[in-house]
Amino acid sequence: MRKAEIAQLMVEPACPEHHADKVGCARLKPGAAAGGCSFDGAQITLFPITDAAHLVHGPIGCAGSSWNGRGSLSSGPDLHRLGLTSDLSEQDIIMGRSEQKLLFALKEVVQQWHPAAIFVYQTCVTAMMGDDLQALCQTASKQFSLPVIPVDAAGFYGSKNLGNRIAGEVALHKVIGSREPDPPPHREGMRVHDVNLVGEFNIAGEFWHVAPLFDELGLRILGTLSGDVRFRQVQSMHRGKATMLVCSKALINVARGLSERYGIPWFEGSFYGIRDTSAAFREFARLLADPELSERTEQLIAREEAAIQQALQPWRQRLTGKRAVLYTGGVKSWSVISALQELGIEVMASGVKKSTEKDKTRIRDLLGEDAQLIEEGNPRLLLESCRAHKADLLIAGGRNLYTALKARIPFLDINQEREHPYAGYRGMLNLAQQLVQTLESPIWERVVKPPPWIDNHPNSGWR
Amino acid sequence: MGQLLRKKKALTTMPIKVGQPVGASLAFLGMAGAIPLLHGSQGCSAFSKVFLVRHFREPIAMQTTAMEQITTIMGSDGNISEALHTLCSNNAARLIGLISTSLSAAQGSEMARVIKEFRAEHPAWNHVPIIPVEAPDFTGSLESGFAAAVKAMIGELVPVVRPVSKKETAQKRVNLLVGSALTPGDLEELQQMLADFQLQALILPNLAHSLDGHLAREEYSPLSLGGTDSADLQRLAEAEITLVIGHSLEEAADLLKQRTGVPDVRFASLMGMDSTDHLLTILSRVSGKAVPANWIRYREQYQDALLDSHFLLGQRAIAIACEADQLLGWHALLREVGAEIPLAVVPVATAALINEGPEVIRVGDLWDVQRWAGEAKIDLLIANSQAETVAQQLHIPLLRVGYPIHDRLGAFRQCRIGYRGGRDSLFQLANLLLEQRTHTLSPYISSLSDPSLPATGAA
Repeated sequence: MRKAEIAQLMVEPACPEHHADKVGCARLKPGAAAGGCSFDGAQITLFPITDAAHLVHGPIGCAGSSWNGRGSLSSGPDLHRLGLTSDLSEQDIIMGRSEQKLLFALKEVVQQWHPAAIFVYQTCVTAMMGDDLQALCQTASKQFSLPVIPVDAAGFYGSKNLGNRIAGEVALHKVIGSREPDPPPHREGMRVHDVNLVGEFNIAGEFWHVAPLFDELGLRILGTLSGDVRFRQVQSMHRGKATMLVCSKALINVARGLSERYGIPWFEGSFYGIRDTSAAFREFARLLADPELSERTEQLIAREEAAIQQALQPWRQRLTGKRAVLYTGGVKSWSVISALQELGIEVMASGVKKSTEKDKTRIRDLLGEDAQLIEEGNPRLLLESCRAHKADLLIAGGRNLYTALKARIPFLDINQEREHPYAGYRGMLNLAQQLVQTLESPIWERVVKPPPWIDNHPNSGWR
Repeated sequence: MGQLLRKKKALTTMPIKVGQPVGASLAFLGMAGAIPLLHGSQGCSAFSKVFLVRHFREPIAMQTTAMEQITTIMGSDGNISEALHTLCSNNAARLIGLISTSLSAAQGSEMARVIKEFRAEHPAWNHVPIIPVEAPDFTGSLESGFAAAVKAMIGELVPVVRPVSKKETAQKRVNLLVGSALTPGDLEELQQMLADFQLQALILPNLAHSLDGHLAREEYSPLSLGGTDSADLQRLAEAEITLVIGHSLEEAADLLKQRTGVPDVRFASLMGMDSTDHLLTILSRVSGKAVPANWIRYREQYQDALLDSHFLLGQRAIAIACEADQLLGWHALLREVGAEIPLAVVPVATAALINEGPEVIRVGDLWDVQRWAGEAKIDLLIANSQAETVAQQLHIPLLRVGYPIHDRLGAFRQCRIGYRGGRDSLFQLANLLLEQRTHTLSPYISSLSDPSLPATGAA
């Protein structure tokens, strides 16, 4: 990928960062960097296209420790969990055999797995060697009569976030628009509308809490980018009539692209929390300008909200007044904050490393001007923040889980490796139950308890 | 002499192989106050870190030189020195393992030279050992990466000495050079064994002291918590003997012997009775003490476990997919109970496999295991947790070993070596087969005895 192309992706016009004081994404700091590379970002964006093969072209390091690592669940095919790689050896690299090996590997993929399409991922070493992925994929595509799509997001191009965007561009230019959707299904007494979801990954299958509601409202999800989705669905996303951007920072370029190229209006929303879930459905109804849909939406919201409020009642009593520090990964902080507030939890501080300027404004609106916004995901800072705010709970990504546990702080995992579905109305019940389970656990008393024969134990806790 | 069948295909599906940088990092995590620094793009360390965090369910110290587009082309020396400076000043690292990745190795980055320049520029950090290891992931695997790091530590930290005259009064010392096949649980067992002979053990590297899963007093540390102190490596020469566990450590052992003059005994593994008998004999000779009574008891327990489990395990077909040293260990154990290994798959070929181990060993991945297991009529699979779907497809139980084990708690504590590890492993294997409850016959219902029942036999 050319430097200019990367630079262009770093300054996303629809991204509020662009107009803020800093321009584009920050440079990485050697010795103090955390987080994935561009290849990581690209693969998490496209892997949930589950009937496509995802072939990682590089030495084992790229696929070997990352395959099958994300909880992005599929309702059908699971080609995305195969960990396909060309596993380049030293000889392949020195003797320049990697391109040939890739072609053979592609052939094996087609023969063994009959995928709907193949995504081929560039990695650092193949990018440095100058493997012509574009030409190879073109050749393979012709030979196998199958879309073979290069994803040129080598790790050293930059951050994970950049990889998300590169993959988004690939989807936009190479996949979306290459097939017309199936004729809309007929529904008695309602008009079916086609919609898109961008940045929804179906982590822990959580979107399955929400999907039935779309069906009920007559909203057909043409495609998602990407969670539990088939290649043919993504191909037809250009015919959507509205796009919801679920994870803003990662794939804002796709929402903008869909709007520029195909005139599809979009909005940013979230399925975390009651208020935000309802707001998302209302926003769809508004963009689709169908009064009957609006009416159905209001009825559904009224019913679901009443049901979940009642179900949450006993849990809310136990959570009210608890203090939490939040440091989410890819999940929107503001959305989780409002979900936690709905449960009666006080959010004392929130991480904003992956938040846009607009996100930060929303966070300040929710938390008040005095709220602490944590820019760096440094574990030490997180613990200090917990201590300063006398927090009862740290809510963060799984990578910080064991750091928190070592510091004897109750912890809730809210990242891509988590195991519980929190989205939608019913997801809130899971969230509340998990929070109560960790907060009321009897272990906290014991893990801070000094041995009876020692007077001054450093970890007697701060509570 | 066994047969080693190399891989012929271009595509790897569901790899067993884990890259060398992960193995090298792991070796450094067995050292005190250490941090592995992966010289590559930040994904190299992010993937490795998450991989190990999920395996151990512990925070893992690891950093990256964060190479990007420009430094990849124009040279990455600046990344190394900047990262070293940060780790020395901000994190107070006591040992830094500078590990190359395929990106920096293919670029031709000269880590040793940059370290030299860093030394000249920042003499304040001269007391912090910085150990460069070439461990690119385009060659070898986790096991060889681990071994490379151990060798590099010996190269940097163990001085050449004349044979030391051992003090008669002092407690006798034994060096343990251990490979990646040993879990923290295994190392604890070894420590206990040596302590029972009143021998002082120095384990290089000692994961049992860092990643054994303990709640330390320290709340947070960017460095490894526990492990062998690098200063203690000076004392390796004082030992009576060096025990080397794992063929992967041959080169490291050669170097250690050359530096210290301490004689060594090398084991492929310590699984099964034969190797444990051998080890106890050596320890008894070195310590001048009889084998303690508890170890004689454990031996009897192992023998009893052989008796109990051989009905279930004898002649059963077991497939193993793991690293070479680990494979040799399981082969040794299973041979003692009479189980067969018609299918053995390793991520990379190593020389030791040709001389020892099962008749036929193939280089391959988990997809190969799935394809080949059908022909071989496999009863049980021994592999890492990624093989779960394979075992499901084959309708056979899976015993989880090696890296990663993401879906079981405390797997890293599992002890496999010695009499007790062998005893428990045999029981575990037998129980997995018992749980299968594979009835060979389906019930037969006679159509004559009760006409109201649906008949199996009648036309």
